[in-house]
Amino acid sequence: MSDAHQGTRTDYRDTVDTVGSIAARRMRLLGLIRKETQQIKRDPSSLAIAFVLPVVLLLLFGYGVSLDARNLGIAFVVEQPDADTASLLGAFRRSPLFEPREYRDIQTAERAFSARQVFALVWLRSDFARRLRGHGDAPIGVIVNGVDANQARIGTGYIQGVWRKWLAGWLREQGIDGAPPVVLEPRIWFNAAVRSRDFLVPGLIAILMTLIGALLTSMVVAREWERGTMEALLVTPIRIPELMLGKLAPYFALGMGSMLLCVAVGVGLFGIPLRGSVLVLLATSALFMLVALGMGLLISIIAKNQYVAGQMAIITTFLPAFILSGFIFAIGSMPAPIQWISHIVPARYFVAILQTLFLAGDVWRIILFNSAALLVMMVLLLGRARGSFRKRLD
Amino acid sequence: MDVVARILSLALKELLALLRDTKSRLILIGPPILQLFVFGYGATFDLNRVPIAVYNEDRSAPARELVARVVGSPNFRLIREIGHDGEIAPLIDNRRVLAVLHLGPHFSQHLLHGEPAPVQLLIDGRNSNTALVLLGYVREIVTTFGTDWRSAHGQAPPPAVLKVHALYNQDLRSQWFIVPGIIGILTLVVTTIVTALSVARERELGTFDQLLVTPLTPAEILLGKALPSVLIGLIEGGFILLATLFWFEVPLRGELGALLLGMLLFIFSAVGIGLMISSLATTQQQGILGAFLFLVPAVILSGFATPIENMPEAVQHLTVINPLRWFLIVARGVLLEGDGYASLANTYWPMALIALISALIAAWMFRHRMA
Repeated sequence: MSDAHQGTRTDYRDTVDTVGSIAARRMRLLGLIRKETQQIKRDPSSLAIAFVLPVVLLLLFGYGVSLDARNLGIAFVVEQPDADTASLLGAFRRSPLFEPREYRDIQTAERAFSARQVFALVWLRSDFARRLRGHGDAPIGVIVNGVDANQARIGTGYIQGVWRKWLAGWLREQGIDGAPPVVLEPRIWFNAAVRSRDFLVPGLIAILMTLIGALLTSMVVAREWERGTMEALLVTPIRIPELMLGKLAPYFALGMGSMLLCVAVGVGLFGIPLRGSVLVLLATSALFMLVALGMGLLISIIAKNQYVAGQMAIITTFLPAFILSGFIFAIGSMPAPIQWISHIVPARYFVAILQTLFLAGDVWRIILFNSAALLVMMVLLLGRARGSFRKRLD
Repeated sequence: MDVVARILSLALKELLALLRDTKSRLILIGPPILQLFVFGYGATFDLNRVPIAVYNEDRSAPARELVARVVGSPNFRLIREIGHDGEIAPLIDNRRVLAVLHLGPHFSQHLLHGEPAPVQLLIDGRNSNTALVLLGYVREIVTTFGTDWRSAHGQAPPPAVLKVHALYNQDLRSQWFIVPGIIGILTLVVTTIVTALSVARERELGTFDQLLVTPLTPAEILLGKALPSVLIGLIEGGFILLATLFWFEVPLRGELGALLLGMLLFIFSAVGIGLMISSLATTQQQGILGAFLFLVPAVILSGFATPIENMPEAVQHLTVINPLRWFLIVARGVLLEGDGYASLANTYWPMALIALISALIAAWMFRHRMA
């Protein structure tokens, strides 16, 4: 930044003594906020992204999207039906997870399998009952469609569960003591019913706040640079921190509003538990919102135009928040270099806070550590944005 | 002849506008490549070296054998062996470990007396998916341990056993599932946004009115705007496909032509939707937000990460108007399941229909707005 430039501004401020007074400062700020708010009202697409998109996403994730397999189609091949095969088929029929269809030969079943009509194929050969009642080890052939590896794994687990339960019942009926030597007693903390909705909806808040803070803000501010109205603002007596505050305040309010909407719908409609304190949720959300706004502001300054700003915001903020934050995919399972990259994604820290606050409660170690990371990012981003504002002026 | 020349010159102008400055060029080339690699490696549902803790109160040989099998699996990484109950909660609460395996003091006693020996597994359920997958892994190890123990102690094998085999993706690699999906997502995002903004930009700057007073008809303008987007989509999609095959080494088991035909129809439908958005948008902000309001649900309801079969019936019906849903079937079908033209015909015509209808709506909207 040039000293001369700074000098003229200071001189100007000194000559007009009302400019620096608190009352004048407040008036300038309020005026700017009012102008921004008017602008949001005038173009309803901003309000759409702040309120329509959250509702759409909430409904999608609350009702539409689920990682929990259900109604899995199974082609159940019984080459020679008898009481034993009927009891195994009955076990699958009773499970709400499966929709078995019976086949007599493997060829027709394979056709249904390759036409993607069923997820798995269970094959009981003609000698099944004989071997079951003979020396044991009767094979049950299971072929699963492995294209979706995750669903294949979970679906296989469910098939194994039905099989284990059926086997125990069958042995009891025959009066054979064949209890498995080791039994696993799983206890899933925080989400005993293992509902994926309880896991996805809290993380969604981070995605939405990223959208509003970074995408919307970067485009709005980039438009001002594009049209030159930002330069016009900068030659008014307004100071840079005031300008930033005035520009960001309405979007801060929008972001917090959509967060509250998310919490209300999530807790009220979807019955997602909020086990931590509301105060911590508000405070950490405000912190994250400031980080997101900082990113948006910085992107707008770098990009100079709306097209580049929009693309940059999607690529550097939205997509990483979706993929690299732990929102859906577990960070711990990613390769080390990707895990390193995830450390510079602010949403990562906020998603960790959100998932803990909603499902586990106030775990201070997690809240404080992640908030500290967000605080550092906020200072860096807003500081850098402020510096870049000055540079753009020269 | 004139018509073709007019359309081509508009398309050329459009292409030049897109590639004019370095930043715009970079934004078209750099990010898709970056995303392909970050997502290709980052978007995984597999569990690799997940931190766990063991609380073993039974120092006997069978107990240690079972623990060794769990800890020795490449899916897990032993962070700590703990000595009392109180250590469990902080480890899980603070996300130091994803699960704690607990063997009580009488584990081997039960085992030797032929009573079912309990093994506790405490799992952090904050990520419900990893919790289920982890449970599946441990259950498999425990079941195998039980079977081995029985046969080692001269007991009869269980009367029936499951022999599970995964077709198309034998090792159940998430990457083979995710990377073909990324071809669709990146192609859709780039094509839709480029198209949606091409008209909106001219409108915002006022140059669209100038276009309208040229000899070009509205249909010609639309074609001229669509052509560069199709070209960019094809280059983008083709490049990502090459990386899928040669970098990520996803197999190509079906007919390549069937995949390329699907990609072309998919790009047509993305361009059609982009034009529809641009016919509604008068500013770039509206254009990009409109594209977003389409893209986000399109990606979520495509079966990219969460299966369509898990969605409620009504939502499943809704997905038929989503071109990405159809393209994902084509990409995964050709690459993994060995599909050809015949078995994919039922995905081609929905995409063609989406392209046609959206283009017609866009054309109608343009004429309507000008009148």
